Amino acid sequence: MAVAADTSVTDSPPGRPPRRSSARSRETRAALLFISPWLIGFAVFTAYPVIYTGYLSLTDYDVINDPSFVGMENFRALLEDPKVALALQNTFIFAVLSVPTQLIVSFFLAVLLNRAGRASGFFRTAFFLPKMTPPVAIGILLLLLFNGQNGLINEALGWFGIDGPDWTTDPVWVKPGLVMMSLWTIGASVVILLAALRNVPQELYDAARVDGAGWWRQTTHVTIPMISGALFFILIVDTIAAFQSFTEAYTAFFGSGNTTYSNDAALFYAIYLFQQAFEFLHMGYASAMAWILFAIVLVVTLIQVRVTKRFVYYEGEQR
Amino acid sequence: MTTRTAVNRSKIAAGIACLGMALAGCAQGTDDEAADSSFDPNARLDGQLTVTGFGATDEIGRVRVEEAKKALGNVSVQLVEGELDIQQFLSSIAAGDPPEIVYADRNQIGTFASRGAILPLSDCIEGEEIDTGLFRESALDQVTFDEEIYGIPEFNVVQITQANANLLEEAGLSVEDVNGSDWQAVAAANQELARTEGGDLTVIGYDSKLPEFLPLWAKANGADMLSADGRTAQLDDPALIEALEFAVGIYDDQGGFSKVKAFRDSTDFFGEGNQFATGTLGAMPMEQWYVNVLNDVSPDAPMAFDTFRTPEGEPLAFASGSAWAIPKGSKNPEAACRFAKTMTMTESWVKAAEARVRDRGNDGGLFTGVLTGNTEADEQIRGMIDPTTEEKWNAGIEATYEANDHTFSFPANPAGEEFEAAWQDGVNRVLNGQQDPEEAMQQAQQEAQEALDQAWAEWDK
Repeated sequence: MAVAADTSVTDSPPGRPPRRSSARSRETRAALLFISPWLIGFAVFTAYPVIYTGYLSLTDYDVINDPSFVGMENFRALLEDPKVALALQNTFIFAVLSVPTQLIVSFFLAVLLNRAGRASGFFRTAFFLPKMTPPVAIGILLLLLFNGQNGLINEALGWFGIDGPDWTTDPVWVKPGLVMMSLWTIGASVVILLAALRNVPQELYDAARVDGAGWWRQTTHVTIPMISGALFFILIVDTIAAFQSFTEAYTAFFGSGNTTYSNDAALFYAIYLFQQAFEFLHMGYASAMAWILFAIVLVVTLIQVRVTKRFVYYEGEQR
Repeated sequence: MTTRTAVNRSKIAAGIACLGMALAGCAQGTDDEAADSSFDPNARLDGQLTVTGFGATDEIGRVRVEEAKKALGNVSVQLVEGELDIQQFLSSIAAGDPPEIVYADRNQIGTFASRGAILPLSDCIEGEEIDTGLFRESALDQVTFDEEIYGIPEFNVVQITQANANLLEEAGLSVEDVNGSDWQAVAAANQELARTEGGDLTVIGYDSKLPEFLPLWAKANGADMLSADGRTAQLDDPALIEALEFAVGIYDDQGGFSKVKAFRDSTDFFGEGNQFATGTLGAMPMEQWYVNVLNDVSPDAPMAFDTFRTPEGEPLAFASGSAWAIPKGSKNPEAACRFAKTMTMTESWVKAAEARVRDRGNDGGLFTGVLTGNTEADEQIRGMIDPTTEEKWNAGIEATYEANDHTFSFPANPAGEEFEAAWQDGVNRVLNGQQDPEEAMQQAQQEAQEALDQAWAEWDK
């Protein structure tokens, strides 16, 4: 026993006593134990369904009867389905319009809030509250606010002599309306950016002012670089959310608010996927669609990471 | 087909055998397939009955459920309220734990049947001695898939012409000008009745109710959107396209569908400020239940009613409604069958209607009848309507019952959702200005036929 004990001491890395190693091992076990509910939940409710959809994407499956293997048939059919192309086009356009709009508006609201002084707390809450609105309610709200004849948006445009468009029926204006409505929930982005702005050292602004930099130069040369990490995070998250956009558009243009009226211009990829899975019961086809969406989001995110890498600054990062 | 016929024969034989056993005193079936069950109107039943998709939220539901409970004896009945969640329902079947009976839209029956989610009811109907001859033909068509009945129908929803009598009178028109019997007259009345102010619509002359009522316009013009066997879409029929052009033209004459929809969406459809009460709608075809809404919220609205009519002057309505179906794997099909039978039998409907008459009498409301899907019950309930009812509402009731006798429906088919989506998307593309009617319906025809072919091929395997 003594020999064994000696050996164990000898095998330990220099400078790391065995007690610490044992303590670390205990900590690891404890940590795993504490996160095990989440790990089990993730494995059962996320990982397994995701992997299972990979299998289902190769089958013909209607929920009741056993899946029958069809190989790559679903993926081949996807290529020939004009509605898939339409849904992808709509989704890309929405993402291209909504993500920059949300980012810019969030940023400027956060900058304003940062200057609000003692009232900042009130406005922070006010901006965040709409985020708490259920997405279905936002869809219904869209129909009311953007009503072509009596909606608040066109009423406001009317004050400036502008005859507003038919936001809810004209295919050209449906997506811009949805983009504007997506600003309803930018509260979370505003709060994240505000936190990032609060962490920008005041000395940097002082130094910039001493060097004669005005508001714009301070913003572009101090503020944006210093919060670029937060901006990048929001860019990624909003892009993924845009590609998965569903509830508001579905409620307004395909759901119970419009039992039979629908508009092709609002047919986002996730909506068509939902229709295939839960209305037409083509689970195999819908699973193939889901994997295509995953691949697209992955590629877009990797491109974003690659392109923005040189613009993002993390404090303390070694380059 | 031969195999299926053989299977059906064996099921009938099994049913007869079980019936024999039931008569011998062992009526309590325990297995989960209808073919292995014993259906007998005199059998004592027990066990559990979970009813999904039905809430006994009014006297028509409550009274009939009470009647059903009496007929079920020792069976414990549990209602799971709320609309049937298809995904949840199908998942429960896949998991082997479905409810004993479900309440579904009739247009879902074909889809459920084709996937084997619900059981054919031949044994149930025969064993419990359900008289299917009492059901309205259009309702029965919707629950008959590949010559087998899969659902016991109940309720009927029909459309009638509903109009603002004051606006008609001011324009020198009558309800006959807007009942659809003369399309030129409808178009002319629409232009007479519509009002705009500063480019905004202030009165909708006539609302042709697209996309949902295309089947009505198409049938009025002699077009069936789906073949009688449910296998062939007929969405590019020139008569259908002509009907669509006419119905869309009604909107075009008022500045386009966008204008009409925007104005329509901004009104209080179910409240005191509804379009008829506020004089902002001339006329429209609409489901008969809206008569009750109008009578409740705006009893003084200046209403005029008639049936919706074909150019030949015949009443016409597109029927829809609900049905009871027994899921595959139901653990108590005997109780489910008895429940469906009792809920839809004439005596139950009449008792429920009597309760409604009493309730309406107590709160000063109007009893407008109940369309049950059961011809015998309809006739008896019609006799319970107060003949001294105010003339304008009486006209609505008369029109409703007349429409109820002139209904049509889509036959059950395995791609009901896809078929509906195809034609409605087509109409919407026209309304949104993306395609002309011919192009839209040709695309719809292709989409619908592909879906039907694929679904029928699965069934025919």
